Amino acid sequence: MTGQIGTPQAWPAASGGTAEPGGDVLLHVTGLVRHFPVTRGLVFRQKVGAVRAVDGIDLSVSKGQTLGLVGESGCGKTTTGRLLARLDEPTSGRIVIDGHDVTHLRPGRMRPLRREIQMIFQDPYSSLNPRHTVGAIVGAPFRLQKIKPPGGIKRSVQELLELVGLNPEHYNRYPHEFSGGQRQRIGIARTLALRPKLIVADEPVSALDVSIQAQVVNLLEDLQDELGLTYVVIAHDLSVVRHISDRVAVMYLGKIVETAGRDELYAKPRHPYTVALLSAVPKPEPVTSASGERQRQERIRLEGDVPSPLRPPPACRFHTRCWKAQEICRMQEPPLAELVPGHQVACHFPENT
Amino acid sequence: MAPLLEVRDLRIDFPTDDGLVKAVDGVSFSLDRGRTLGIVGESGSGKSVTSLGIMGLHHGTKAQITGEIRLDGEELAHADPARVRELRGAKMAMIFQDPLSSLHPFYKVGDQIVEAYRIHHRKATGKQARQHAVDMLGRVGIPQPAVRAEDYPHQFSGGMRQRVMIAMALCNDPELLIADEPTTALDVTVQAQILDLISDLQAEFGSAVIIITHDLGVVAELADDILVMYAGRAAEYGAGTGIFGQPGHPYTWGLLASMPRLDRERQTRLVPIPGTPPSLIRVPPGCPFHPRCRYTALTGGRCPTEVPVLREAVTPGHAAACHLTVAQKAREWAALSADQVPADAGEPEARQSVPQGGAES
Repeated sequence: MTGQIGTPQAWPAASGGTAEPGGDVLLHVTGLVRHFPVTRGLVFRQKVGAVRAVDGIDLSVSKGQTLGLVGESGCGKTTTGRLLARLDEPTSGRIVIDGHDVTHLRPGRMRPLRREIQMIFQDPYSSLNPRHTVGAIVGAPFRLQKIKPPGGIKRSVQELLELVGLNPEHYNRYPHEFSGGQRQRIGIARTLALRPKLIVADEPVSALDVSIQAQVVNLLEDLQDELGLTYVVIAHDLSVVRHISDRVAVMYLGKIVETAGRDELYAKPRHPYTVALLSAVPKPEPVTSASGERQRQERIRLEGDVPSPLRPPPACRFHTRCWKAQEICRMQEPPLAELVPGHQVACHFPENT
Repeated sequence: MAPLLEVRDLRIDFPTDDGLVKAVDGVSFSLDRGRTLGIVGESGSGKSVTSLGIMGLHHGTKAQITGEIRLDGEELAHADPARVRELRGAKMAMIFQDPLSSLHPFYKVGDQIVEAYRIHHRKATGKQARQHAVDMLGRVGIPQPAVRAEDYPHQFSGGMRQRVMIAMALCNDPELLIADEPTTALDVTVQAQILDLISDLQAEFGSAVIIITHDLGVVAELADDILVMYAGRAAEYGAGTGIFGQPGHPYTWGLLASMPRLDRERQTRLVPIPGTPPSLIRVPPGCPFHPRCRYTALTGGRCPTEVPVLREAVTPGHAAACHLTVAQKAREWAALSADQVPADAGEPEARQSVPQGGAES
C-alpha cells in the first residue's frame, strides 16, 4: 500500500473552538446528554416527555487508540457516535477534540474542524450516492472543504482507492457495480480523504458477510497503523469489538455501565450486564456430552427486553433484568467507580471481585 | 423409517436479462423427525432460495425447479400448487428473518394467528381458534397472552414479535419448521432467548427444524447436521460435531478463521477469505470456490477445470466437495488451527480487475 496524499501540514490549519490543554488525549467527553423531546399536538406543541438516548456519559480516547462502544439496540451507542462527529447537537455536556471544545460550535466555525473527525457508516448501500461516480464520492470532501491537494483531486482519489485496496481504474464506476465489501472500502476511502485524526465508525462491518468482515477489520487496523488514526468503533458484535479495540465501554440505556481495557474487560467482566452479554454470544463450537449428544451451551439468561429509554427504570437501570438486584439497586444509582486501575463499573454488586 | 424430508439434486434457476442465475445448483440433503439441520452460507449462496423452494414459495415466479423434494414421501417440487398450499402451514411452516415485515401491521396478532389456524382447521369455531391462538402465545413465552393477543405488531418488541411469528408457525403443529435467519435482526440477549425457545419447542412438538443462518455460533448451538453452501452448491455436509471438529472444505476453514472468537485467545490478525463471492450468472468453472482458495496449488490443476463432487471426506457421513486429499486436509487444517497465519493473509484483498457487481458486461 503506497498511498501518499500530500501532508496535512500543506493544508491550512484548522481553527475554531477553544484550545484546551490536551496531552495524549485526543477525544475527551464529559457529561454528554442527548434527550429527544417527545411532543404532542400540532399547533401548540407540548413537550410530554423525552427519549433519554444518551444520559450523561464520560469518555476519553488517547491518540492512536481504539475505543469500542458496545451495547444492544436502543442503548444510545449510535446517538453517541453522531454526537461525537457533531452530526447532532448535544442537550448538555462537553466534547473536546484535540484541545478544541466543539460542543456548541456554530456550523461555520465547525466546518474546518470537520476535517479532523470523520465517520464510517453501517450500510454501504445507503451511504453512497448511487448517481455519483466513485471519483465524485471520494473526491467530495476535497470539494466541500475547498482543498486542492497536490497533484489534483483525481490523483488523490486514485491514491485513496489504492490505499483501501481498490483498483484506481474504478474511478469512473458507480456504486452499484461493487459488492458490499468493496462499497464499504469506498466509504472508508472517502473518510480518509481529509486525513482525519478521529474516525467514528458506526457498525462498520455488521452489514457485511463473515468472510468480508475480516477483510474490512484488517483494513481498518492497517490504516490505523499506517496513518496513526484514532477510532471510536460502535458495534453490537462483542467478538469484533474485542478484536479491534484497545479499550471497551459497555452501554445500557444511555449510560456507560462498564469501561476497561480490552483484555481486562473480556477476562474479568464486572458488571452483571457485561457478564450476561458475553455469555449470550453463541460459540461456534458444539457442546457435547460424554456420550456425544449435543448439549445446550451454558449461559446466563436475561429475562425480557431492554426497557424503553422513554421511561428508564429508576436508580440502576439494569435492575429490572438483573439476577443480583436488591433493594438498594432500585433506590440508589450506582456511580461509575474505579474498582481496579483503569476499570470502571457502575454496580452495587460487581462480579469477579 | 424414511426421513421426513428428502431433497435430491435440487436445482433452482432464475432466467434474467443478463443470463441464467443458478441460485441452487444440485443440492441434496435429508432430515429426520426431531432433528435439526443448519444451512450456513453467505448472502447469495442459495440458502434462502432452497428453503423457499421446499415451501413451494417460488410458484408464480420465473423460477425453474428441477430435482426432488419429498416431504414424508410426497413429491413437492412438481406437485400441484393447490396441494402444496394445503401442506404449507399445516405440515411445514416457516419463520422469516424480519418479524416486523412478515406480520401484517393492520391486524391484531391474535387475529393473524386465528387466520393461520382456521385455514387448516375449517371446522374450528371462532372461539376455539381464539383459545388456541392465546394458548400458542402463552407457549412461546408471551406474558398475559389473552391481553397481548389484542395488540398490534407495532406494540411488540423485536424479540416478542419473533415469538409471535413462532406461535403462528407452530399453531398447526407442523412436522417441518424452517427458520430463515430467525435471530439475525435481534440483540444477543434476545437471540439467546429465541434460540432456547426454538429448541424447547422442538423437543415438545417433535418437529424437524431447518435453521438457515450465516452465524456459525447459532448453528453450533442448534444444529445436529450442517450443510455449508457456496455459490448454490453444497461445499460440505455432515454432523455438526464433525464439521466444527474437523472441517473438510477450505471455504469452511475460511469461515471459521475469518471470524473473531470470544472463546479463544484473541488472534493478532484475522484471516479473511480473499476476494468476493462469485456472480451466480458466471459461476467460476471447476470448483466455484477456486478463485478464492489458498490451496489450489496442491491439487495438480484440477480445481479450475473439474467440478469436485460431494464425497465422504473425513469420517463416514461427513462429506465435502473438494479435490484435496484427506491427508492434505488434515495437515492444512492442523496448521490453521495452530494459528499459523497463511503467508498471504496480510494482503488487503486480491486486487480485482473487474468488480463482482454483475453489471459489467
